[in-house]
Amino acid sequence: MATEAEAITGDWGGGVHPYRVGHRKLGMWLFIMSDSLTFSALLIGYAYVRASNVWPTPFKFYPSIVFSSIMTLVLLSSSLTMVMAVSASARGERSKVRKWIIATAVLGVTFIVLHSIEWKHLIDEGLSPFALPHEWAEKWPGASPLFGATFFGITGMHMFHVFTGCIYLLIVAGRVNKLKHEDVEISGLYWHFVDLVWMFVFPMIYLLSVDASK
Amino acid sequence: MTEHAAGGEEHFAGSNKLFISVWVWLLVLTGFEVFLGYIHLPVVYMLTILMGASIIKAALIVAYFMHLRFERLNLVLTIVPALVICICLMLLVFFPDSFRAKELRYEGPVQPPAESH
Repeated sequence: MATEAEAITGDWGGGVHPYRVGHRKLGMWLFIMSDSLTFSALLIGYAYVRASNVWPTPFKFYPSIVFSSIMTLVLLSSSLTMVMAVSASARGERSKVRKWIIATAVLGVTFIVLHSIEWKHLIDEGLSPFALPHEWAEKWPGASPLFGATFFGITGMHMFHVFTGCIYLLIVAGRVNKLKHEDVEISGLYWHFVDLVWMFVFPMIYLLSVDASK
Repeated sequence: MTEHAAGGEEHFAGSNKLFISVWVWLLVLTGFEVFLGYIHLPVVYMLTILMGASIIKAALIVAYFMHLRFERLNLVLTIVPALVICICLMLLVFFPDSFRAKELRYEGPVQPPAESH
């Protein structure tokens, strides 16, 4: 039965849907590819200026590391609630889908609030995109003012993604009865991607700049 | 071989138990990373282990949460290799030149950074 051609084409079989996903889902995957290259470029650019300059390591256990760790927990948990929404959607339980998606968006908003508080701590210390606080400049002589630019640039870009993700999720939650399962799944793809990016931002920005000196 | 089940039960592989265990693993790896921040390791080891752990976390998220493990191989091969190659190309520029730039670091007298003009 199995011809040579079938063996070569494998599970595709030469049909009109080579990926077995809808065009929207393929589109989201392609967007995610381009967005992950954007973030890679930002993070590699950050790594470059960091490696070639004296770099402050200012993040104290409290508030910065405590806040950023809780933020990581919140974002990971929001990914779990999103998966629950998608799996409820696969079973056709629309009211559960709505509840799980709203839970995800609430966790997303929590993330933004916590991150804003964390930003405010640093801004109050005197950090800005173009300048270091005086204390830091004394503690790390010759330190690069690019610290603020990369910190606010990268975490701000990520926070913007979380923000648009929350709006996207709330729209999906509102229209869940009209949408297909795959549409819910696509919003999940975006949300998990935002979570994934934080898995690189958190260690590279925060954990490599821990102030262990007390 | 049916193309996309129409309506009703949609195919979404993976049980809730599986997703919860993936979530627990992600938390464990995150905890490990935070712990790592507080033991004094040379920055090169630190960076290597952190990036290793982050890549494992990213793979878990992509494979299970984003469901790529259960998609067709065609889709995986369209997405993953291109990304890996592009990121490696960026790193190819980054590594040698960052070491050169490290040698050029300013280590002179104390000088506050330019913050007012």
